[in-house]
Amino acid sequence: MSSPAPTPERVTTSGIALLSDALVDQAVAVDRVDWRPPMPGTEADLVTVAGDPLRRTANARALEAVLGVQATLVDVAPASEVLGLGRGEFLHAGPPITWDRASGPLRGGLMAGAAFEGLVDDPEAAPASFADGTFTLGPCHHRGAVGPMAGVVTPSMWMFVLEDPETGRRTYCSLNEGLGKVLRYGAYSPDVLERLRWMADVLGPLLRAAVRAKAADTSPKGGAVDVTGILTQMLQMGDEAHNRNRAGTLMLLRDLAPYLVTAGPDAGFSADDVAAALAFVGGNDHFFLNLAMPACKLALDAARGIEGATLVVAMARNGTDFGIQTAGTGDEWFTGPAQVAEGLFLGDYGPDDANPDIGDSAITETAGIGGFAMATAPAIVRLVGGSVPDALATTRRMHEITLGENPRWQVPVLEFQGTPTGIDVSLVCRTGILPQINTGMAGKVAGVGQVGAGLVTPPAEIFPAALARLAELARARG
Amino acid sequence: MSHEHVEVRAGAYADSVALLQVSRTVAGTPGVEAAQVAMATDLNLEVLAQMGFTLPATTPDAMVVALRLADADALPAALAAVDAALVRRRSDTTAEVAPHRTTRAALREHGGDLALVSVPGSGAFLEAMDALDADRDVMVFSDNVPLAQEVALKRTAAERGLLVMGPDCGTAVVGGVGLGFANVVEPGPVGLVAASGTGCQQLLALLDRAGVGVASALGVGGRDLSAEVGGLATLEALRRLDADPAVEVIVLVSKPPAPEVGEAVERAAAALSTPVELALLGPGRADLTEVAERVVTRLGLSVDLAPSGTARAAVDGTLVRGLYVGGTLAQEAALLLADGTGTTVGRAAADLAGPGHAVVDFGDDELTVGRAHPMIDPTLRDEHLARVLADPATGAVVLDVVLGHGAEADPAAGLAPLVAGSAVPVVVALVGTRGDPQGHDAQAAALVAAGAEVHPSNAAAVRRALALALSPAGGAA
Repeated sequence: MSSPAPTPERVTTSGIALLSDALVDQAVAVDRVDWRPPMPGTEADLVTVAGDPLRRTANARALEAVLGVQATLVDVAPASEVLGLGRGEFLHAGPPITWDRASGPLRGGLMAGAAFEGLVDDPEAAPASFADGTFTLGPCHHRGAVGPMAGVVTPSMWMFVLEDPETGRRTYCSLNEGLGKVLRYGAYSPDVLERLRWMADVLGPLLRAAVRAKAADTSPKGGAVDVTGILTQMLQMGDEAHNRNRAGTLMLLRDLAPYLVTAGPDAGFSADDVAAALAFVGGNDHFFLNLAMPACKLALDAARGIEGATLVVAMARNGTDFGIQTAGTGDEWFTGPAQVAEGLFLGDYGPDDANPDIGDSAITETAGIGGFAMATAPAIVRLVGGSVPDALATTRRMHEITLGENPRWQVPVLEFQGTPTGIDVSLVCRTGILPQINTGMAGKVAGVGQVGAGLVTPPAEIFPAALARLAELARARG
Repeated sequence: MSHEHVEVRAGAYADSVALLQVSRTVAGTPGVEAAQVAMATDLNLEVLAQMGFTLPATTPDAMVVALRLADADALPAALAAVDAALVRRRSDTTAEVAPHRTTRAALREHGGDLALVSVPGSGAFLEAMDALDADRDVMVFSDNVPLAQEVALKRTAAERGLLVMGPDCGTAVVGGVGLGFANVVEPGPVGLVAASGTGCQQLLALLDRAGVGVASALGVGGRDLSAEVGGLATLEALRRLDADPAVEVIVLVSKPPAPEVGEAVERAAAALSTPVELALLGPGRADLTEVAERVVTRLGLSVDLAPSGTARAAVDGTLVRGLYVGGTLAQEAALLLADGTGTTVGRAAADLAGPGHAVVDFGDDELTVGRAHPMIDPTLRDEHLARVLADPATGAVVLDVVLGHGAEADPAAGLAPLVAGSAVPVVVALVGTRGDPQGHDAQAAALVAAGAEVHPSNAAAVRRALALALSPAGGAA
């Protein structure tokens, strides 16, 4: 303290209003906290964790690590090459799950993947091999990857490869197929498989040629695509980078189009192929989502394994379970039942048709965008019949449960305040405020595809569960 | 037989989210069985086909309005609903910004200079830790904070050079600003470190009466000088006051500390450049008034302890009954009565109807469960006061009236009718400063007018009450 007992001009008060009023009477500025009791049963663990001598520094380190990461797109390659994924191995979104507990859309995606790999002739023939363990399942997150919705990755699928130039760490994500009847929403019809084959035969190799050519270009417009930089810009252009990726997709196209045109023919592709790739990317507003997600994972992975840190490093759903991981609890998942989103439905579909929440895309919210940046994408609020003030309130509310702000990712309408970053398990338990996630909704029957989009929150109980483990570890350290 | 209507609106556009909402609104219109209003993309056309609509010839840039109606008569109303939903705009409403939910969030946005925590005791640790995490001092007004949590807070604060005032810290003056139940004081040469809330207020009031101002009065909570806490807040408060050039003398008010803590505090006090007056309260030690007089004398001044008004004449009853809102004041009264009578003084509410002298602290935890502190809500004390005044065994009543920020707006107004309606002598310790919002002199005048004798010193009031109770009926003490 610089001064022994300086006159306070501004006091933060929590509790009895009368005592705050007494300060106002003395012409002191008062910031009143709307204190409420924490989530039931968390009092003792909250005190233990708050009193953990490692906590403050650990969380500061964790947040700094997350904010320090820059994600660049350095390559596009098959999963067999970059993830070491073998024949018969399948990755999926969310925490670990077995076939018997898998939801409709995850099963549909896996069946599509099996057919796409040629493991079965007909997707309908695949379930037996999943059920008896011939085909094996593992979470994307366990291989440094993330997958939207069902998140199914098979060896022949092409992956974006993102790298943090400081550390060389990498994360991966498949290429976005577009909306509607697509594998990630659990569809496996012939047109779905046809599109996947074109993506593996044409789109993937073309993107690799362009990404590599741009990375090798030493002119000012060259260099690896700066995914973090595009996120910075798109957040100021109405995208929240989860349910709205329109500006980001077009900026990616702007960066890659010249190299697609020049490097495509060198790689043996026709002008028609290049035109088809350009049309496909430009016509799919969500194409950039599959870059936003691994960029967020790359940032959050930097905080993994920091003892005493209460920051959430992953939120992910497999269509059955919603799971979180924290910086201070290693690879342990804290899971509860995934919820059904509230929102709007396509066509005749209704809430009864929707599968519970699915996908690794909540990694965007974990990193402070998506639902957390709702204020910068007011159009998304209409998914639940909300209003623009609702959008502003949502982003403000997320600041209550996060450790800091991202100085790069700013929300113009909130006076360029940084996005709320670093969900703190303790703050969620103290306030009862749950992370707000923007999401698509898959049909619950395998093969249906997308039925709507909306807003969802995690099951509340997984945060007290994670807190209890953090408290247990803190007590063990003494 | 249902009726199908599919129309293409070339040149119309709305984004997909808006159109989903329009479709839902129109589908809810009476007479409409199904509705899909969408841009004519391949995906949307596929959805329309699935819904059983006949697909029109169109381009992706056009909007398609597809309706299935109970009958053709419903069409005009359905189309009107489409148009209304398409143009509907929400009225501009500016949502009020919700207040922050934690001290942490409030400090991060507004950067307050310090935090005042008065949430229930089970939640106080987290709010206080938020303040320490933001490198801010904190006053914890809350009581019922477990000792281990107090120790953890104060150890953390000590590592960071911060001050935790409390828990159970009722009053503080920081740089002239009153926190909690705080008296309004003039700036001046005295710095107080107090482990006792109303003890601190008694000193502030007497110093004010002598014209002595106060730079700061830093509360530390009643357990700070225990062996467990080790005087961590006291040591920090002493350092702060020593570093304040405005402070010429430091007064430390506390119950007697644990021996090893007392030694540590005395060593620390001796090492300061500012003289420290140690005022340790307890049996056989100086009372608060004597401490105030020592300080005032040191500064070459004196304090006028003369009462206002005169109590009624003695009655047949012989028992002194003390009804207090201030814990330290009640404790001081009980000590003085025990000392003056050689008897045990009852401290429970039931003892007010018992056979001996009694002093009750209505601010005690047990008597504040589910109700506000009696400085805010005097109902319980008023009830007991009425009974005690009607009891023929009562020889004199002594009570405190504590003024200042946070306290009742006009305590005399509630007490005066009770006092005026009784023949029992009533002596009041009026603890307040000239600047207090209730108006010190007006409060004194109202109590005197009701027949009470009003003392600035609690110790003097207690002694006077005892003398009145022991006097023969009709006689003057």
